[in-house]
Amino acid sequence: MSTQNKNAFWSLFSSVKLALFLLFTLATTSIIGTIVPQNNPPEFYIRLYGAPLARFMQTLGVPDMYNSWWFIGLLLLFSLNLIVCSLERIPHVWRLVTQDNLKTNPAKLEKMGQREIIPLPGTSMGEAVAKTTSYFARQGWKAAKRDKDGGTLFFAQKGAWTRFGVYLVHSSILIILVGAIIGSPTFARKFFHAPNFAFKGSVMLPEGKATNFVYSSQNGREIPLGFTVRCDHFDIEYYSNGMPKDYRAKLTVIDHGKVVLQRDIEVNHPLRYKGITFYQASYQPYPSFIVRVKNKKTGVEKKDVIPAREQIVWKKGGASFGIINMQNRGQIVQRIKVWFTDNQGAPSEFWIEPNREAVIKRPSGDFLFKAKQLYATGLQVSKDPGVWLVYLGCALMLIGLLVAFFMSHRKIWAFVSEKEGQVSVLFAGSANKNKLGFEKTFTAFIDKIKGLAG
Amino acid sequence: MNSSQLFGIATLAYLLSSALYTALLIFKNKKIGPYAITVTIFGFLVQTVALGLRWYESYQQGIGHAPLTNMYESLVFFSWATILFYIILEFKVKNRVIGAFVVPIAFVAMAYASLAKGMSQQIEPLNPALQSNWLIAHVITCFIGYSAFAVAAGLGVMYLLKKSAINKNLPPDTLTGSLPDLQFIDHLTHRTIVFGFLWLSAGIISGAVWANEAWGTYWSWDPKETWSIITWFIYASTLHARFTRGWRGSRIAWLAIIGFFAVFFTYFGVNYLLSGLHSYGSQ
Ligand code: HEM
Repeated sequence: MSTQNKNAFWSLFSSVKLALFLLFTLATTSIIGTIVPQNNPPEFYIRLYGAPLARFMQTLGVPDMYNSWWFIGLLLLFSLNLIVCSLERIPHVWRLVTQDNLKTNPAKLEKMGQREIIPLPGTSMGEAVAKTTSYFARQGWKAAKRDKDGGTLFFAQKGAWTRFGVYLVHSSILIILVGAIIGSPTFARKFFHAPNFAFKGSVMLPEGKATNFVYSSQNGREIPLGFTVRCDHFDIEYYSNGMPKDYRAKLTVIDHGKVVLQRDIEVNHPLRYKGITFYQASYQPYPSFIVRVKNKKTGVEKKDVIPAREQIVWKKGGASFGIINMQNRGQIVQRIKVWFTDNQGAPSEFWIEPNREAVIKRPSGDFLFKAKQLYATGLQVSKDPGVWLVYLGCALMLIGLLVAFFMSHRKIWAFVSEKEGQVSVLFAGSANKNKLGFEKTFTAFIDKIKGLAG
Repeated sequence: MNSSQLFGIATLAYLLSSALYTALLIFKNKKIGPYAITVTIFGFLVQTVALGLRWYESYQQGIGHAPLTNMYESLVFFSWATILFYIILEFKVKNRVIGAFVVPIAFVAMAYASLAKGMSQQIEPLNPALQSNWLIAHVITCFIGYSAFAVAAGLGVMYLLKKSAINKNLPPDTLTGSLPDLQFIDHLTHRTIVFGFLWLSAGIISGAVWANEAWGTYWSWDPKETWSIITWFIYASTLHARFTRGWRGSRIAWLAIIGFFAVFFTYFGVNYLLSGLHSYGSQ
């Protein structure tokens, strides 16, 4: 690449005009994806827009536009712009922060935005220098000094580092984007060829069942977890108006044949193990029941999952039973009708709510019976190895914004000199931002000195 | 006295104070000013009590959550934050005419919240996804940002009015004569946008963290998220145009107004016109 090309490239990408253009383009193109429904099958778009327009949309990746080549391309240009732009300016800022402000020509002080002369009548130069040192020190400004032609120059500054706040903001954007790439299932699959590295998946896990894989949300393929999760129990709680209040699943993690973790998960309270997170996302009720029966006399017990409307013969307990009817709200069972016999006399039939224990009095003795509707917990499962970078970037962005917006680099000089036998100090100052705020700081600084000097 | 009655009183107070600020703008009678701010503060205090009461009432109903969880409650909070922002602004910059451009926004938000068709004012139980402290952080940060942007848009309108009066060489005692000078409005608009931008950023971030805790995806490009980032891009451009390209005055005023349209669309348009995860506000 010739230097001229390089310069053209560099000057394009170091320009804020390009940044404004890219921000504008990102903002306007982003709208498309909020109007055209995303991630539907091709037929959907043909039905909605007609074949020719749908085909055109497919070529431009509109159905998944935030992952399309041109949108990712825009983000890459944006990142490049951000990098070049910051690299271009950081050396300059570095010089501003590290420069020797005692080289300043004292004559320049008189032209600064803030300045004030404090006469120190009856003091010698030496005394004036000592006084000025203490003026700075007593107000918490660390001043350095140097002898100059015709006097002594003092300099003190605060917040020089705040000039980097902007670059903290800009780097934070890059950190977030890197985190997003590391955690992107698309990148893991297409570029790293490692679908286990980062994925989003889901699985319906009925109570009592375990799995060591989940289904990819992108293509439905099985993704191995490397360990096993089991759903031990699922529960829903309702408000009095029938709205769900809480879904709760009890999960057990089994790794290398050992139970390593056992916890309840709820919406907003996921479970994490080995970088994989399990979210309580949905549920599925079945017309089946987890039944617990006990022969009180013999103490024999049975726990089983049984479908509705099927007779179960329980030889050890000496009984047969079944759930012969149900009252539902939607798919949720409100009451069940139980049929039960110990093969002596007429069978018992009765209605009962799920999770309630019934005592069944039979000729051969008492039985306990309890049934719970069988549910599956719908788990959203994700592995995002980049999320910590995204969070770090977010934190840095907020810190950077605070620094960039509300803090400034403030400088105060003082020049002690003698004119016609009269010793005086010229104070002058400037700030890179928030000039009004600095004016107040400077005035307060001077007022304090006047108090001390007077 | 229940919280809805108190909200009603606050709404009336904002109507009265909008009228007083407008009168101050038109008649330039300085005596009106103290009444306007007194009524505003009164309305604000009543609304604050009402918010607290509504919170308490939710516990009495056995639901128990901060009043920040549906469209109605968020509008009320938006109006509350806007008034708070304004009161602080008035005491800081010691100019009362600005109220004529800001207090009406808070009034309209309250009036819309209480009168709009299909707006549920009930205290509703929270579905499991909404039961999170991140919800509170998310709503508070977003709406502080939104209220700052509302104030910035009001300032933008004020700037453009004044500017057009000057361009038309209207005598200084017409309507706009009492407005602060252009440079000052411009400066204030910028500072307000800066403030709003910080909170909007925090709002987007807290929303992302919450989504990640609830669904395992911090960003899914659903329409509300997308519109919030569009809004963020617009304000980022505005800030950059100002300090790197030196844009001032009318351009910034227009951008403040356009930005607020984006805020408005993120807030309402998405609920009514588009569909997505954030449907909670649409009942
Ligand atoms: C391609 C993208 C971007 C480029 C090229 C860019 C470039 C710049 C430049 C040149 C400055 C001025 C630095 C100086 O004063 O020396 C700046 C300042 C700043 N930028 Fe960006 N920027 C970009 C994107 C963003 C974005 C998306 C944000 C959003 C948070 C942002 C936030 C800031 C802030 C807060 C400042 C400092 C404001 C101040 O000095 O008061 N920048 N940017």
